[in-house]
Amino acid sequence: MNQMQNFSKGFIKENPLLVLVLGCCPALATTTSALNGLGMGIATTFVLLGSNVVISSISNLIPDKVRIPSFIVIIASFVTIVELIMKAYTPVLFEKLGIFIPLIVVNCIVLGRAEAFASKNSLLSSILDGLGMGLGFTMALGILGAFREIAGNGAIFNYKFHEGDGILVFILSPGAFIALGYLIALVNRIRKT
Amino acid sequence: MEYLLLIISAVLVNNIVLAQFLGVCPFLGVSNKVSTAAGMSGAVTFVMVLATVVTYLIQTYILDALGLGFMQTITFILVIASLVQMVEIILKKISQPLYQALGIFLPLITTNCAVLGVAILVIRKEYNLLEGVVYSAATAVGFGLALVLLAGIREQLDLVDVPKGMKGVPVSLIIAGIMALAFMGFTGIGK
Repeated sequence: MNQMQNFSKGFIKENPLLVLVLGCCPALATTTSALNGLGMGIATTFVLLGSNVVISSISNLIPDKVRIPSFIVIIASFVTIVELIMKAYTPVLFEKLGIFIPLIVVNCIVLGRAEAFASKNSLLSSILDGLGMGLGFTMALGILGAFREIAGNGAIFNYKFHEGDGILVFILSPGAFIALGYLIALVNRIRKT
Repeated sequence: MEYLLLIISAVLVNNIVLAQFLGVCPFLGVSNKVSTAAGMSGAVTFVMVLATVVTYLIQTYILDALGLGFMQTITFILVIASLVQMVEIILKKISQPLYQALGIFLPLITTNCAVLGVAILVIRKEYNLLEGVVYSAATAVGFGLALVLLAGIREQLDLVDVPKGMKGVPVSLIIAGIMALAFMGFTGIGK
């Protein structure tokens, strides 16, 4: 039961983007379409899972004083792995996400989970926590990306169902801020009732 | 003239927060009051320029020279983290007033994606060192401008009756969106 909660809390109750408001930068920048958003989410999930596993396994060996720098090195290693894999197998997505792949390093979600959860909990709980948080983030990016793609382009997953132009502003930067603002407000409303 | 265009483009046209979405976390986090916003932008300017110079030198003379380009992410984040620590220690020793003004913001800057982002962008855009310094300083000014503007608006917002679910982050995001719309008016100036 408890393990189940470690996994499921990332989706609604403690969703990293929509409730804790962490990781805004990639969420705003990469959600011009549903696919880009999901790609970014999956890359972050991989880093989160990897760093949670390693940190949870070796947290007893790391002296307390150099905790944060050690976490950053571990996270940066996984980000480099993701970078190289994406460059090799999904070059188009890699180009589109651009600078935001290396910037997963400074995504507050990853370091936040390492410090607040993985360094204090068992391996299994940390794996579930990493997966739940990562997939919750992916879900939020997918919803935001899908909304912006539908409104801005009249398309979903690159399939165009509306001929002609959409509301262009949702593809551009102002739309990102406004769409995320309303999405968070909506989640606030759902959670409070 | 070339540098002037670079500055205008980095401050207004491609504003780091409103057009490139870097540094959104501090943008939302420390924009409650104009004075804290100003302190934060001062600290960011300082660290950003310093980090750009150091990472540029490391990239050119160590990583490129030895063919270690794939180590870029790990090296840069470690350099920035230690640089921030060092700046904090030095400031504490040599200038108490400056430390009191910027000190509390410094630890937050390590995980400010704008600093790492600008360091990587300078390398990707293949600027030379002088262009890199001008670009990072102008970007930091753009960050400060957006941050102080939002803080000014949010101070006024305290007097307004905002709907319950919209309080805090959502309404700030929507204001930022409207600011981004306004900044889009600069598109076409320069490059």
